Amino acid sequence: MNDSLLSLVTFIPALAAAILAIFLRGEEAAAQRNAKWVALVATVITFLVSLFVLAGFDPSDTGMQFVEERDWLMGLKYKLGVDGISILFVMLTTFMMPLVIWSSWDVNTRVKEYMIAFLLLETLMLGVFMALDLVLFYLFFEAGLIPMFLIIGIWGGKERIYASFKFFLYTFLGSVLMLVAMVGMYVDAGTTDIPTLMNHTFASETLNVLGFQVIGGLQTLMFLAFFASFAVKMPMWPVHTWLPDAHVQAPTAGSVVLAAILLKMGGYGFLRFSLPMFPIGAEILTPLVLWMSAIAIVYTSLVALVQEDMKKLIAYSSVAHMGYVTMGIFAANQQGIDGAIFQMLSHGFISGALFLCVGVIYDRMHTREIDAYGGLVNRMPAYALIFMFFTMANVGLPGTSGFIGEFLVLMGIFQVNTWVALVAASGVIFSAAYALWLYRRVVFGDLIKESLKTIKDMTAREKWIFAPLVAMTLILGVYPALVTDIIGPSVENLISNYETALAHAHTGNQMASH
Amino acid sequence: MIQADLNIILPEILLAVYAMLALVFAVYTGKDKLAPMLTWLTAVVFVLVGAWIGMTGSGENVAFNGMFHDDGFSRFAKVAILFSAAAVLVMGQDYMSRRGMLRFEYPMLITLAAVGMMVMVSAGDLMALYMGLELQSLALYVVASLRRDSVKSTEAGMKYFVLGALSSGLLLYGSSLVYGFAGTTNFAGVIEAAGHDHTPLGLLFGLTFVTAGLAFKVSAVPFHMWTPDVYEGSPTPVTAFFATAPKIAAMGLLARVLHDAFGGVVGDWQQIIALLSVLSMFLGAVAAIGQRNIKRLMAYSSIAHMGYALMGLAAGTAFGVQAMLVYMAIYVTMNIGTFAFILSMEKDGQPVTDITALNMYAKREPAKALAMLVLLFSLAGVPPLVGFFGKFYVLKAAYEAGLAWLAVLGVVASVIGAFYYLRIVYFMYFGEEGEALDKGRSSVQYVFLMVSAAVMLLGVVNLFGIEGVAQAASVALVN
Repeated sequence: MNDSLLSLVTFIPALAAAILAIFLRGEEAAAQRNAKWVALVATVITFLVSLFVLAGFDPSDTGMQFVEERDWLMGLKYKLGVDGISILFVMLTTFMMPLVIWSSWDVNTRVKEYMIAFLLLETLMLGVFMALDLVLFYLFFEAGLIPMFLIIGIWGGKERIYASFKFFLYTFLGSVLMLVAMVGMYVDAGTTDIPTLMNHTFASETLNVLGFQVIGGLQTLMFLAFFASFAVKMPMWPVHTWLPDAHVQAPTAGSVVLAAILLKMGGYGFLRFSLPMFPIGAEILTPLVLWMSAIAIVYTSLVALVQEDMKKLIAYSSVAHMGYVTMGIFAANQQGIDGAIFQMLSHGFISGALFLCVGVIYDRMHTREIDAYGGLVNRMPAYALIFMFFTMANVGLPGTSGFIGEFLVLMGIFQVNTWVALVAASGVIFSAAYALWLYRRVVFGDLIKESLKTIKDMTAREKWIFAPLVAMTLILGVYPALVTDIIGPSVENLISNYETALAHAHTGNQMASH
Repeated sequence: MIQADLNIILPEILLAVYAMLALVFAVYTGKDKLAPMLTWLTAVVFVLVGAWIGMTGSGENVAFNGMFHDDGFSRFAKVAILFSAAAVLVMGQDYMSRRGMLRFEYPMLITLAAVGMMVMVSAGDLMALYMGLELQSLALYVVASLRRDSVKSTEAGMKYFVLGALSSGLLLYGSSLVYGFAGTTNFAGVIEAAGHDHTPLGLLFGLTFVTAGLAFKVSAVPFHMWTPDVYEGSPTPVTAFFATAPKIAAMGLLARVLHDAFGGVVGDWQQIIALLSVLSMFLGAVAAIGQRNIKRLMAYSSIAHMGYALMGLAAGTAFGVQAMLVYMAIYVTMNIGTFAFILSMEKDGQPVTDITALNMYAKREPAKALAMLVLLFSLAGVPPLVGFFGKFYVLKAAYEAGLAWLAVLGVVASVIGAFYYLRIVYFMYFGEEGEALDKGRSSVQYVFLMVSAAVMLLGVVNLFGIEGVAQAASVALVN
C-alpha cells in the first residue's frame, strides 16, 4: 500500500474524470447534479487518502518518502515521492480542491466538461509536487496548461479568449526554455532522477555565448532557463502581466485554483530545482531576483491601489505577495525559506478565500466593478465579517497566517540585504492601504445603490465553504509550528547543501587563483 | 545469385505485380465500379505485406551488388509507409466515391507510389535512389490532379510536376558530380571516397545538390513552395496521403544518403540540415498563423514538423536517426487522425476547409471535438500527449550533438506554432454558434480519428514500444 499511495492520491481525480467522460450522458439537471457529486466525492476521497500520506510522513527524515519508481521510456523514470518541502503543497492541493468544486455548485453550462477539467487539473497539480523525475515533472507542469486554458476559454468572462491565449502562450514560452535546460541536464548528468541531480555538480566555468562572457557558465544558463519558467509561473515582475488578465477572466473556481495552487508551482520549482541544482548560478543572480521581488512588492501594490475591478486588485496583490516568496527563497536562510513556504501556503488559503468572496457577490450582481457596490454590511453581515477576516489576513494582521509568512521573510531578508528589506517592508503598508480601501468601498458606507437593496446574504453552503479556510488561517496564524516542524528539517538540509556547494566552489576558485 | 537477390526484394516485386494485374483486370471488367473493392483490397494487401516485412525480416541483406539494402532501418520505414498508406486509402474511400472521384487507377497509383517509396528507403546506390524517387513522384503527380475537371486540382498536379522535375534535375546534377568524383554510384564506394581527410570539393558540391533535391521532397524550407498549393488543390484524401507516407520515405531516403554515402563527413552536411531545420520550423510556425484553410494550415504544419524531424537528423548520430524515426512515426499517426477529421468536415455534402466553420463544434459533436483537441495539442507538442515525446527525442539528439542553439530555436518556434493549433481549439470550443456542419457519415473516419487520439493519450505509458524498434533501426543504419 505504502509504495503506491502517492500514485493513488494523484490519479483518483483523473479516474473520476474518466468515469465522468465515459459514463455520464446528457445535459439535463440530473446529469449535472451527478457530475457535481462525482467530482466532489472524488476530491474529498483524494483529500482523505492524502491524510494518510501526511500521517505516515516523518519530518525528521530529510530524504524523499513514499518513493515509488518504475521504468518509463527513453531511460526516464516514473518516480514519485514527497519530502518536507513538497508534502504541504500536496496537502494544500487536496485540501483546496473539494472547496473549489463545492464553490462551483451553481455552474450550469457544460457541467460535465467543467468537472472533468478541474479533476484533471488536480491530478496534474499533484503530479507536479510529487514528481521526482525531470521529464515527469515537466509533463505534469506543462499539461496543466491544457485544462486551465479550457477553463478560462470556455467558462470565462467577456475577454476570455484574449486571456486564455495570453495565459497559454506566455507560460508555454517560459517552460519550453526549461525543457531545453532539462534536456541539457539529462545529457550532462546522464539521469533525470531529481534526488541524484541535486547531488550532481554542473559545470560553472565561464562560458562564451555569442560573444558574451557568462560567469557561472552552464549553471547560470540553466538557472536562467528554469527562471524563465518559474518567474512566469510565480509570476514575478515584469513577466506578471498575464496574471491579472487570466484572473479577471477565469470563472471564480478557476481564479481560486490559479491563485491558491498554480502560482505555488513557481516557488516550489525554485526550491526543488534552482537552489539545489544550480547553487552557483543562483548565487550570481540572487541580487537580481531580490531586487525584482522588491520592485514587484512596491510596484504591484501601487498598481493594485488604482484598480477598479475587484479581481484585478486581488490579482495584483497576489503578485505582491509572491514577491515576498521569491525574496524569502533567495535569502537562502532558514527564516527566509521557512517564511517563503509558509507565505505560499497561507496565501493559498487567503487569496483563494478572497476570490471566493468576490465570487459570492459576483454571482449575485454579475459585476466585479468596485463602484457597483457599497454598504453591503447592511444586508450581508455574515459576508462582511468573512470578507473582513480575509482582508485582515491579506494585510498580514498578527494572529492570522499572513503575518507569520511576511514576518519570517522580512526577518530572513534583513540578514542578507537590509536595503531590499527596507523597500519590501514598505509593501506591508501599501497592502494595508489597498486592501482596507477596497473593503471600505465595497462593504461600508450607506446602501444607496438601487440594485443592491435586495441582495441576499450568504447561503449555508457558501458559509461552510469558508469555514475550513477561516480555521486554517487562524490555526496557522496562532500556531505556525504546525508547518515549520514539518518543513524545518528539509529546509535546513536544503540550505546546508546549498552553502556547502557554494563554499566548495569558492575554495575551488581560490585554489585556482593562487 | 539472382535467386537470392530476388528473394530480398520479393515484397516490392509482389506489390508491383499486384498493381499491374489489378490494373489489367479492372480495365477488362468493371472499371470504376470495382474501385471501392480495389481500394479495400489494396489496403489489405498493404497491411499484409507490411506485417510480413515487419514479422519475418531479420538481419541485413544486400541485393544487386549493394543497390538494394534490406535492413532494420528500411524495414521500419517500409512498415510505417505501408500502414499509413493503407489507413489513408481506407479513410478516403467514402469521400472519393461520393464525389465520383474514385477511379480504379487511384489505388493502383498509390500502390506504385508505395513501391517507389519502398525502393527509396532501401536504396544503396544513386541509381536505385533515383528509380525509387521517380516511380513515387510520377505516381503522385497523377494523383494530385485526380480531379481532372477542377482547375485547382490540375494546377496542383502541374505545379507539383514542374517543381518536382526541377528538384529531380538538382538531384541528378548532384548525383553526376558525386559519380564523377567518387568514381562510383554505389553508396559503399561513395563513403570510401568521402570518408578521408581529402574529400574532393566536387563531392561536397554533389552532396549539396543531392540534399537540395531531397529537401524538396520532404518540403523543407526553402524548397517548400509547392507544399501549400498542392495540399490545397489536391483532393483531401490525396492530401492526407502526401502528408504521411511520402514524407517518411523522403526522410528515410535522406537519412540513408547522408549516413550510408556521406557518413564520413557529418560535419559538412550537419550545417546544411540544421539550417533547413531552423528555416522549416520557423516558416512553418509563422506562415500558418494567417491561414483559414485547414488544408493549407496542415501544409505549413507539416513543414514545421519536417523541421523537427530534420533536427534529429542534423545530430548526425545513431540516436539522432532514432529520434527522427520516432518523430516521423508519431507525426504520421497524428496526421492520419487529423486528416480523418478534415475528411469528415462537410456541409450539405460539400467538403468544407474553412476553420471558421468549426464554430462551437464541441457542442454538437463532443466526442469528435475532444479527439481533435487531443490531436491538436499533440501536434503542438504539449505534454502529456505523444507529440511531446517526439519533440523531446529530437531535442535531446540535437543537444547531445552540441546543437543546443538549434534546440533553443526549435522550442521557440514550437511556441509560435502552438498559436494556430490553439486557434482551431478556440473555434471548436470558445467560438460563437454558427451554422452546423453535417454529422460525419463515414464510420471509418470516425474510427481512425478516435484511435489516433487514443494513441496520443495512451502512448504516454511506453510509446507502444516503438522506441526499441526505432533504436534497432537506427543502429542498422549508423554504425
